[in-house]
Amino acid sequence: MPRWLALLDGPQTLGHGRAFWFVFALIVLVAALLPTFVDAFAITNLTYFLVWVFMALGLSLIWGYAGILSFGQTAFFGLAGYTYGVISINLGDAGLWTWFALLMSLVLPAVLAIFVGYFMFYGGVRDVFVGIVTLSITLVFETFMAQTAGPEWTIGSARLNGFNGMSNMPPLTFPWGENPIIFDGPSFFWLVLALAVLVYVGLRIVVNSRFGNVLVAIRENPDRAEMLGYNVRLYQLFVFVIGSVLAGVSGVLYTLWGSYITPSSMGLTAAALPIIWVAAGGRKDITATLLATVLLTWLSQQLAVKGSQYALIWMGVILLVVVLFAPEGLFVTVWKKLRDRRRLQQVAAARKTVSLPSA
Amino acid sequence: MATILQTRGLKKYFGGLRAINGVDLAIEEGELRCLIGPNGAGKSTLFKLILGSYRPSEGAILFKGEDITKLQPHLRVQRGMSIKFQVPGIFLQLPVEQNLRIALQRAHRGAALDQALERLLELIDLGHRRSELAANLSHGQQQWLEIAMAVALQPAVLLLDEPTAGMSHEETFKTGELVKKLNASGMTIVVIEHDMAFVRQIAKRVTVLHFGEVFDDGSLDEIVRNEDVVRIYLGKV
Repeated sequence: MPRWLALLDGPQTLGHGRAFWFVFALIVLVAALLPTFVDAFAITNLTYFLVWVFMALGLSLIWGYAGILSFGQTAFFGLAGYTYGVISINLGDAGLWTWFALLMSLVLPAVLAIFVGYFMFYGGVRDVFVGIVTLSITLVFETFMAQTAGPEWTIGSARLNGFNGMSNMPPLTFPWGENPIIFDGPSFFWLVLALAVLVYVGLRIVVNSRFGNVLVAIRENPDRAEMLGYNVRLYQLFVFVIGSVLAGVSGVLYTLWGSYITPSSMGLTAAALPIIWVAAGGRKDITATLLATVLLTWLSQQLAVKGSQYALIWMGVILLVVVLFAPEGLFVTVWKKLRDRRRLQQVAAARKTVSLPSA
Repeated sequence: MATILQTRGLKKYFGGLRAINGVDLAIEEGELRCLIGPNGAGKSTLFKLILGSYRPSEGAILFKGEDITKLQPHLRVQRGMSIKFQVPGIFLQLPVEQNLRIALQRAHRGAALDQALERLLELIDLGHRRSELAANLSHGQQQWLEIAMAVALQPAVLLLDEPTAGMSHEETFKTGELVKKLNASGMTIVVIEHDMAFVRQIAKRVTVLHFGEVFDDGSLDEIVRNEDVVRIYLGKV
């Protein structure tokens, strides 16, 4: 097995071995086959749950692995969404222009993250203050976009449209002779699913690599990491950029999903939700984060369908319960409990075999 | 022998406090030097200046002939310095083995890393607790783990800030033998220590700091004969 592939399993990820990867492959396979036996509405919903996973995984990387609590990943989410809107509305869906729009929607969040991250990490901003700075940025973005209702707020032919949000951007389109491939419905679901698998597997390799080792070292003790010769601020900046680009991926996929983006996607509520998903599942593990994100976005939707705004209150309750009773996150806590019990059983079994001869 | 680490007229003020007030220190290659002095003498501050956690108010620091006064801390480490902090600075929520791997991986890869890891575990006698979280180790074992992490970088100069704090007599003695062994292998070591038995066990040369200045310097026997040194430790000067 090549060395990079061996990094799929390692000290920084829960779940390993054949059983785990068998279940993983099974889930991916079933998910991929879903469009053949469920209706279009269900597929649209499933796509929606997966869309958020990228921002959550990015936050898990920044917060859970590197120990930097960013409260404003939605700034990058919104920036990516609006960037796709402005570029794709102006350039249309001919040729590869929608893909160019997609690419630029990831480049801009990266540039913003480098800019913000440089001043934060090289300026000595630490701990809770990173959260305050990033939250301020996303709220400023929201406030700014909300006041762009007037007709003077247009970029080319794209109207920003204030609090009502921007809509009618074209879907991703790939030129293919007479019948261009339009990523819509099942094909968009497959695209999002493939991206989710790719990012999840890629992140497993990243967090178990030497780079990942340094990230957890910085989380545990930045002074020691520095005294082992690691350029702590550069690592922090780099991981912040990766996580922010992932938030951008979610933003642009969300915009494509509904052909719609609004300022409230960068508001306080929107900014708090990723924190809840990541904390509830277990921020120090990407598998736990992924599961919790899909589960909680599904739950939010179910609750919203039944009782409108109460969904958010329930999210708050879940966060409180987790913080109080399973501060490492629900999935991580359960996983560790099971692992410890198995180990104890193994020790007990070993004792039995040792004590037999003397009996 | 060549001077490997040198401070020239080093000063550090915190507001009105002169923590370090003109220290000229020259450490020779291969030396094992002890820094002693009463609490607040500026010993730890001196280490922090040498490694770049603090910027000096005045003066210069030279390492292997290069002026490193304005160099960032991680670059000083990359040039061959390493430190064990006063308060154990390890990765508490990671297993012992992972602590050492993170220290080793900058210079080692693959099989060479595994070998170096085994050697370090043997050096600090923690092979049997390798998969345990560092937080579960005893205080003495945590100190050893941090020493091993500092040693993992194969530094030219190793700075140890109170390596035996909180250790039993037996542990302190073992630490002394460990320090002597490292020094015999060619590593230059500077130790801050309060435990005089420990200093006697390891040191060839001792520097006494007092009120941020070098008060006395020489072999331990010479130092002990100096009545002023005895007095400052009793707090009379």
